[in-house]
Amino acid sequence: MNIKQNIAVSGAGMIFNPNTGETYTVNPIGAEIINNIKEGQSLNEMREKFTSKYSVEPSTFQNDYEDFINLMRNFSLIEDGD
Amino acid sequence: MATKRKLNIAVSGLNAIDSPGPGVAVIRALREAKSFDCKIIGLAYESLEPGIFMHDLVDKTYQIPYPLAGIDAIMERIEYIHANEQLDVIIPNFDSELYPFIRLEPKLKEMGIHMCLPTMEQFEERHKVNLNEFGEKYGINVPKSKNISNSSEIKDISKDFKYPVLVKGKYYDAYVAYNADQVKTYYNKISAKWGVPIIIQEFVHGTEFNVTGLGDGLGNTIAAVPMRKQYITEKGKAWGGISVADKKMIELTDQFISQTKWRSGFELELMKDKENKFHLLEINPRMPAWIYLSVGVGQNIPEALVNLAMGETVEPFTEYTVGKMFVRYAWDMIVDIKEFHAISQEGEL
Repeated sequence: MNIKQNIAVSGAGMIFNPNTGETYTVNPIGAEIINNIKEGQSLNEMREKFTSKYSVEPSTFQNDYEDFINLMRNFSLIEDGD
Repeated sequence: MATKRKLNIAVSGLNAIDSPGPGVAVIRALREAKSFDCKIIGLAYESLEPGIFMHDLVDKTYQIPYPLAGIDAIMERIEYIHANEQLDVIIPNFDSELYPFIRLEPKLKEMGIHMCLPTMEQFEERHKVNLNEFGEKYGINVPKSKNISNSSEIKDISKDFKYPVLVKGKYYDAYVAYNADQVKTYYNKISAKWGVPIIIQEFVHGTEFNVTGLGDGLGNTIAAVPMRKQYITEKGKAWGGISVADKKMIELTDQFISQTKWRSGFELELMKDKENKFHLLEINPRMPAWIYLSVGVGQNIPEALVNLAMGETVEPFTEYTVGKMFVRYAWDMIVDIKEFHAISQEGEL
């Protein structure tokens, strides 16, 4: 699973899908997750990082993460692969 | 340093109003052409077309007769303008004036005036009254439509279509109608302005996209720029849009050009439904009012069109910038009454 290659994400959390012309905004945590995914970080790495950086339980992070990924999948921002 | 050649180019469609003609945008693009310098001769129908008064863009404007006046009247006026301006190229920007200009093309060529226009056959077969047959012939997905020329046919629409439907004029105007009464209202409104037939078209829900492009008449795509409408006016015109990368639209454009051997600029109006399928709603046989976006993304279509008109070989553009937006605006010019009098009474400014 990865963010589609041509999806542009600005530092401020603006997402632009060049295929559809649609733009989305995400909050700073969402932008951080997207950038981490783009850098190739695994879920385990992110869980460790976010639970130590923010006051969040591992299970809560994982649930929120999955919700977020599903939302992005619905908007065709993610490609599932190897 | 070599100097660029100078071309005298006449451009119509100076009505940069709420439902704008493409002329002013075309002229802006021509002013940025790298392969030539140009003198711009505006061709106007009405005295208040804003482009007439944009002296930084338009060097001189002449009023010309409406297409309904007939090709002899148009020819006479062009001869007069040509005697004054030594025209190299004419770019007609209205659907309704293409018919006379296509017919006049051989005569104008003899006079040394070049144009890049579709053939009469191409112009006719893509016409919205023929779009069903066009879709079948070229294997392009178009919404079902039916032409009606008598209001008594309105009651039968529900046999062939599910409401809402689109009610369209043969040249301009389109309204969404949710029942037969509304169809009748729009039928009367449109037929009074543009005549019959009126086109009843299946309404496709989705997101509106447009592609503007240029075909060389040999089946090659010289340019293609797809855009998603971001801000649509009450008249359905794009007031803002963004260039997008969807390959399906480029493929559809290539298919349209290669199969029809389209020559000239054009605009494809597309609707993308929930299943991501594109429906071709209309083919406009000229450049659109948002053509300046093509310059913004690296494909100066008006410049390429002029070079094609001049008989030159034009290399196809192979890329464009994705994510460039256009945002239209309205601008009040201050015009001296003398200028208005000159264009109204003398027919030139």
